[in-house]
Amino acid sequence: MRRRLLLLALQVAAVVAVIYIIQDGIHYLNEPDQVIITQFGEPVRAPITTPGLYFDLPIIQSENTFDKRALEYQSQPTQVPTKDKRYINVTAFALWRIADPLKFFQRVQDQSGGQARLADILDGEIRSAVARYNLIDLVRTTNRNRQDVAIQTEGESVILQSLEKGRRNLELEVLARASGRAADLGISVLDVRFRRMTYVEDVQKEVYARMIAERQQIAQQFVSEGQGEAARISGERDRDLAKIQSEAYRSAETMRGKADAEATRIYGEANGRDPDFYTFVKSLDIYERSLDANTIMILDSGSDLLKYLGKTK
Amino acid sequence: MKEAVINISRLTQLRVPRPSRQQAQRALIVLAVILLAWGMFYQVGPDEAGLVQRFGRFVRTGGPGLRVKLPAVETVTKIPVQRQLRQQFGFRSDSNGARLSGDYSVESTMLTGDLNVVVVEWIVQYRIADPYAYLFKVRDADRLFSDMTEAVMRQAVGDRTVTEVVTVGRPDIEATVQQQLQAMVDQYQMGLRVQQVVLQDVNPPPPVKPSWDQVNQAQQQRDRLINEARTEYNKVIPLARGQAEQAILSADAYALDRVNRASGDAARFDEQQAAYRKAPEITRRRLYLETMNRVLPRVGGKVIIDKDAKSVVPLLPLDRLTQALAAGKAGGK
Repeated sequence: MRRRLLLLALQVAAVVAVIYIIQDGIHYLNEPDQVIITQFGEPVRAPITTPGLYFDLPIIQSENTFDKRALEYQSQPTQVPTKDKRYINVTAFALWRIADPLKFFQRVQDQSGGQARLADILDGEIRSAVARYNLIDLVRTTNRNRQDVAIQTEGESVILQSLEKGRRNLELEVLARASGRAADLGISVLDVRFRRMTYVEDVQKEVYARMIAERQQIAQQFVSEGQGEAARISGERDRDLAKIQSEAYRSAETMRGKADAEATRIYGEANGRDPDFYTFVKSLDIYERSLDANTIMILDSGSDLLKYLGKTK
Repeated sequence: MKEAVINISRLTQLRVPRPSRQQAQRALIVLAVILLAWGMFYQVGPDEAGLVQRFGRFVRTGGPGLRVKLPAVETVTKIPVQRQLRQQFGFRSDSNGARLSGDYSVESTMLTGDLNVVVVEWIVQYRIADPYAYLFKVRDADRLFSDMTEAVMRQAVGDRTVTEVVTVGRPDIEATVQQQLQAMVDQYQMGLRVQQVVLQDVNPPPPVKPSWDQVNQAQQQRDRLINEARTEYNKVIPLARGQAEQAILSADAYALDRVNRASGDAARFDEQQAAYRKAPEITRRRLYLETMNRVLPRVGGKVIIDKDAKSVVPLLPLDRLTQALAAGKAGGK
């Protein structure tokens, strides 16, 4: 009975061992992965990059799997002064890929090791790139036409300063330098981008103060503009008023004058035909108008009117 | 030890009658079929695609519905290809759109082209257009996409002045970011389609905000001053125009009156004169006497002096005469 049990146990153990050994030689490679087979730590065979089933020697060979996909590296925020001595926090990210898995395996062993080495390279390159250029080159990508930009203050005209390099070119410069150094690790750096950029706190305060001053200046400008425009309109009002009134006066007086002249001409023409009769008639007219109840007339009895008063003959 | 063995032998004795070999085989087959069926079918949701890998190798994509795969050797990853995905920057909201509290200002604070600071909050909506690329070309595409969006947004804002970003530049920024982001996604082969970039609140940083409001107020003040001046202008000028017209019209009236009267007077004179010429002497007398006839009765005081009397004038009490005249008038009244 005991012998039989022991035998059964041995048989089970043997079957398990055989199954383990066989399955240790059968693997499948996931679509986004690539693998390097090592024998006692030494890489053997070319890296396997085609996904699907593959086999190796059980137990003595082991598999080191790496990503075949593009991977992202996120840098930690680093405080760096720019060339124009402004302190900023920069965060960047890079896209990279294990281009040469064998070299990658030999140099850095695994992905986290690779990530750490890449971090050293990229952080260093970003720092030195930031320090080589002015802040404006980090912030802006292109030069823009003055016509395209709404400008309210002098400060905003900064945007028109010509760039030495520009953000994208700076990124490409970092990419080129980092690529050269990373190639030795079997890494190909695909792209580098600045993700965030902020002033360090002290600088930020100064910038805020400047922004506030700038706004106040703009506000003052608006008020002055309003006052100026109002004054102009009020001047216009005075001028238009004077123009309208004086022109009306001129026209009216001209018309009156012309009418007077015409009347004078008409009178002259008519009366000139018989000045004596005119004088006579007009004199009578004047008597009739001017002699009234308040008048005291002293009449000579010899006058034409009264010459018959004293005489009967 | 011995006892245990005995127990086991007893238990075997107690067992129900052993199933036949055939029965055991049938049971095994049924079990196997159930297990196979369990591993054979999978369901893909209406907005998903199922990516099937055999031994890790991608073999096919299955659309929505109940699908079949080889059990054990094939695995399925379901990707929501139809769903609109969304990432928020500078804020987070729950499914109802209500804002959640929390400080996300590191995402939204950025530098403008005039080296000022602005706080931009935005969302980006996207879709997984190519699930193969999404899964197998880039690791953690969503996180990478988020970082790319931040980078592209900062690049766009970095090319504009703070005034532009806060005021007129919004649609331009949205369009630029969407276009550049898509270009970058294509370059990285991430299998995503950027559908929309929507700016939310865009503000100057909180400490600076009051001074911006001040500018708004100043702008309003400017408009008010100008409007007041215009109102005053409009109050005065049309009135003056009316009055000017009135003055001209009344001058015209004067002119008409004057000329017409002159013509009338002239015509009358002409007529009189024509008649007078026919009998000058008698007409002259008649006119004179008629006039005197009308005038003399009206005259208040009449003093007749003989033509031979000399120097009576100094004796005339002119004062008394005028007084009498005035008294006569008052009495007459």
